[in-house]
This record gives sequence, structure tokens and C-alpha cells, in this order.
Amino acid sequence: MFEDLHLASIVVSTIRNAPVLMFAAMAGLFAERSGVVDIGLEGKILASAFASAAVAYSTQNPWYGVAAGILVSAALALLQAYVSITQKGNQLVCGIAINIAMSGLTFVLAQFFYQQGGRTPDLGQARLFDIVLPGTEAVDGIPVLGWLYGHVIGGHSVLVYLAFALVPLVHWMIYHSRFGLRLRACGENPHAADAAGVSVERTRYTAMLVAGVLCSFSGAYLAIVQSGFFLRDMSAGAGFLALATLVFGNWRPVYTVLGCIMFGFFAAVQIQIEGVDLPLIGRIPGSLIQMVPYVVTVIVLAGLMAKSVAPKAIGTPFIKSR
Amino acid sequence: MKTTELPRWASAFVLPVLNLLSALLVAALVIHLLGENPAESLSILINSAIINPEGLSYTLFYASTFIFTGLSVSVAMKAGLFNIGSEGQMYIGGLGLTLAMLSLDHALPAWALIPCAMIGSALFGAAWAWLPGYLQARRGSHIVVTTIMFNFIAASLMNFLIVKYLIPEGQQNPASRVFATAGEMPRLNEWFPVLGDTPLNVSFLLAIAALVVYGVMVWRSSWGYQLRATGLNPHAAHYAGISISRMIIVAMLISGALAGLASVNSIMGSTHYLSLNFPAGAGFVGIAIALMGRQHPVGIFLSSVLFGALIQGGFDLSLEKPNIPQETFIFIQGLIILFCGAMENFYAPAILKMLNLTGAPQQKG
Repeated sequence: MFEDLHLASIVVSTIRNAPVLMFAAMAGLFAERSGVVDIGLEGKILASAFASAAVAYSTQNPWYGVAAGILVSAALALLQAYVSITQKGNQLVCGIAINIAMSGLTFVLAQFFYQQGGRTPDLGQARLFDIVLPGTEAVDGIPVLGWLYGHVIGGHSVLVYLAFALVPLVHWMIYHSRFGLRLRACGENPHAADAAGVSVERTRYTAMLVAGVLCSFSGAYLAIVQSGFFLRDMSAGAGFLALATLVFGNWRPVYTVLGCIMFGFFAAVQIQIEGVDLPLIGRIPGSLIQMVPYVVTVIVLAGLMAKSVAPKAIGTPFIKSR
Repeated sequence: MKTTELPRWASAFVLPVLNLLSALLVAALVIHLLGENPAESLSILINSAIINPEGLSYTLFYASTFIFTGLSVSVAMKAGLFNIGSEGQMYIGGLGLTLAMLSLDHALPAWALIPCAMIGSALFGAAWAWLPGYLQARRGSHIVVTTIMFNFIAASLMNFLIVKYLIPEGQQNPASRVFATAGEMPRLNEWFPVLGDTPLNVSFLLAIAALVVYGVMVWRSSWGYQLRATGLNPHAAHYAGISISRMIIVAMLISGALAGLASVNSIMGSTHYLSLNFPAGAGFVGIAIALMGRQHPVGIFLSSVLFGALIQGGFDLSLEKPNIPQETFIFIQGLIILFCGAMENFYAPAILKMLNLTGAPQQKG
């Protein structure tokens, strides 16, 4: 029964699932705190996943892959910024456009280069390797400590550590740096920020660029750490889940990350719980557990669990008053 | 005197055409980079989707679905709501249709069965749109995020229901059983043999009727006036005595019902059973259509036909040119949404400048 659930592997796979959402959610945090809705996270994840897988495969170097992902995702973010800030277009429509366009384009390119039905070849040696902490072998025999040291703290790729290291950094940037103060001002009341001499356009462009770079790690992580290849539509709604965690975390970094970890946990449980007989309820089909994050988000959105307030100026282009 | 606003002919016709051409230009560039000839591809596409009568029939068959999803997105957009959930509403609408079919298809004749199934699809689609509408109206939850979540919930829910309950015993294919022949939409090739053996059916005529009803209701009725007022300026509409929250909920119900009805053409017009992920993105195409057609009935019709042609022509094109798979048209769809939706006023300053340059002397006289 409960032994079947493998609590230990749930913990480990939660840690491994969370970074995809964490990078994307941090990206969304920067964009949305500056007042730009970022529905296009999904498309950027997908594009950077493809770019990093393709480049890592052809150069056999994962770091070039990561760099290519950053370039592609940042370029898309700047396109979004151009449409939302300079063109003052509809930000939601722009995000949807990027999602749909990238879903098609990545498949077309993958098919063009590799002819494997929208998949890149396995990266093999070009994957990012897990870091084995020194002394892992020595403590491996000790029951709990060995597992804790070797699989919870150690044994992940660099990107996992980067994701967790970003949390305090982003928190500091948003709440304690000059840029963060301006960023929040632009998202809450751009006219006041403008009157105080802050360039709203420049702040939002910078925020979108940061968002693009952060989002690329999400795609790179999916492709060259988790799977070891690119697959069509492999982001599978991660960008939207990241948006959901923003709602969940009330657009605050630490709470948002807790949301990401929670969703990562659901994903880990879903894999473990399939086909396991639970007391009283029996078997729960995976497709129902898959629903949980979305249902939770709707409940939070409805204000039934906690009040979530979006940045005030979100989604409205800034028009300088004359 | 300088004009600061574009005349109607420019904003209703010139801008959309320029935007569409820009999107197609980018697409042509990508096709060129893939090593294929864009002009040749275009001629294959037009030949197989428009000129060949069977191809045209398929184009209109796909367009029938898209008209409904396009209308679904448009109605909500007129009320100022961006309903991304048409995909999920269509999926759940298909469930309503299937439940009606599974319980009645051996008991009722076609003339009673088909309306029952249509009502089922509309009711289920509307019900799936109701909660996001309600949450937007009463709790202020953003409709875009809730409808996205509802798309995912619908996908998981349908996956569960189809696999667990709807697969006939002993079958592996994740689909319901095939409906009785009474549940088949009459095909138009019975009256027009030139169409060949194509699934174009009465749904197309229903779609045209829906366009007309939509046009009359939105522009020629007091309800439509209230709907548009809500979308253009909710504060003013509220001041004029319109109940905004009621308007939002009603608009979403209609939007969901239309999305649900889109499943009629896909299921009863062609496959005759409910299958996993049958909407296949039609709800998202609806977004592109609503933006490109500027929520106007004629615009919706033309853009639906365009997308039908892209799907049908794209299918033939992908057979002849392996470097241009059908997914290319998902990319083009994204480009169209980008140019016709998000960057719709990209060319407005240039046109305005041109008008002011050429129009200035006349104004003086």
C-alpha cells in the first residue's frame, strides 16, 4: 500500500520537476510585475527547448545549447516587448500568437533537420550531467543521510541548483534593489513612475529581456537535462502552469516558488500513484490527478482559498500623458 | 485639416489585408528557407483547396467548424472578454452531443435525433463556459487564466471519461462507439453530386445561418447594443443601466454554446464517434478567425474559408512537399494572430500619413 508509493523517489522527482516551472514562473514574475502579461511563456519554453536541443546535439556541447536557448527565448521576449510596449498592441493576443507559432515552427524545423516526427535525436553525451558531490560514496551506506546527501542535496544538474539559487536573488532584486522598486512601480502605477523620472518603456523592456533569459533555462532544462531530446509540444502546458503559480503565489517570488514545488509534487505523485490501490478510494486514474493543479488554480483564482491580487497596471500599454 | 483617425474603408479593409499579407510574407520566407518554392507551394495550395471542387468542398467542411469557433470567440470579444477556452468548450460540447447520441440514437428518427444532439452539445459547451464567466463577473478572476485552466481540465476530464467509460468493451482505440446512421448529418453531395465523396454537410448551412443571426443580434438589436457597450466601456454601460455581470455571464454562455455546436460538424458530419482530442486546435483557430475577421460576420466567414483552405490545401501540399508538413499551418496561424491581432495597427501611422499627404490639398479647397 503506502510502501508502493516510494516517498523517497517522490521527493527526488519533485526536486527534479520543479525547476521547469520555477524558471518560467520567475520569468513571468519579472514580466508581469513590470506590467506586461506574459501568456507567451509556453511558446518561449518550447522554442528554447528546441534551440538548445538542436544546438547541443550538433555541437555536442550542452553549454552551447543553453546559450542558443537564451538567444531564441530573449529574441521572442523582445518581440513581445516590441508589440506590447512600442506598438501598444494586445499583450494577450501577442502571447497566444507566440505560443501557437512556436508550437508549429519547432515541429517544422525538427522535422526538416532530423525527420524523426518532430523529435531531435537523443543527446547522449551532450546532456548536462548530474553533479555528484564529493563523499557521496562514503555516506551512501548510511540509511537516511546517504539518500539525503546523495540524492536530495546532491546528484542534480547545475540548472537545478541555479533554479533554487535564483529564489533569494529574485526576491532581493524585486524587493531590495533600485531596479526592483522601479519595476514594481511600473507594474502598479506607471504614471507615478513616469512622473518620478523613471522610463516606463525602458524598465519594461529590461524586464522582458530578463524574463526571456530566465524562461530559456526552463526550455533548456526540459530538453537537455530532463529528457535528453526535444519532442513536439514537450512543454505540455508548463508555461501556463507557471502563470498559475504566479496567481497562486500572489506575484511574490517565494510563494510562487512554493507553488512550483507543489505542482512538481503533484506531477511526481501522479507518476507514482498510477496503478496503486489506495485504501477506501481504490485506484485513482492519472488523468484525474493531472487535473489537480488546474483545479487548485481556479479555486485560488475564485478567491476561495486566498486573495490573489495581480499588479494593477498589468496588461495595459503605457501611454505617456501629455 | 489633418485626419487623426483612419476612414472606415482603411481600417476595415486595407489594414486587415496588409496584416494578412505580412503574415503570409513571413510564412513565404520560412518556406523559402526550408528549400521550397513559395509561389509553387501557393499554387498547389490554391489548386487543391479552391479550384478543385472536391477540395473546395473539404475547405468548406473545415470552414463550417471554424465559423462556429470563430463566432464563439467573437461574441465574447464583443463583450470585452477574451475567451481562450473555446477549445475546451468544444471538447465538452462533443461530450454532450455524444451522451445524447449514445442514449437516443436507436430510439429516435433522424429529424428528432439531430436537434437533440445539437442541443446536447450547446448545453454542455455553455455549461463549461459558465463557470469562467461567473468567476469573471462575480469574483473578478481573470477570464483568460480561468479559460486556459478549463482547457486543461477539459482535456484531462475527457481523457478520463473516454478511456474509463466510453470505449466499447473489447476495443483499444480511445473513442466512443460509432453512432447509428440516423445521427449522421445529411451531406450536401446528395444534392450537389459535383462535390464528390466529401463530408461537407448541413452544418455548413447552419453555420451561415448562425453568422446571419449573429450579425443581426449584435448590430441590430438592443441586446447587441448592450453587449457592445459592455465591451467598449463597461463603466458607461453600467451607468446606462446595463448589468455588466449579467452581460458577461450571458455572453460567455452564448460563446460556449457556439463552441459546443462546432463539435456537430466535426463529429456528426464526419467521424460519427467521439474520439480523443477531436477538436484538434479548432478552438484556437477560432481566436485567429475572430481577430482577422474583426468579429464581423463577413470577416469571420472569409477568414474561416481561408483557414479551411489552409488546412485542406496544406494537407495536399504536405504530401507533395515533405519539407512543408501540416504543422507549417499552425505556424502560419500564429503569424496571422500576431499580425492581425497583436500588431493590428502596425500600418496605421503610415496609411494615416499617406492620407494626410494626398488628402491635404482637397481639404483646403
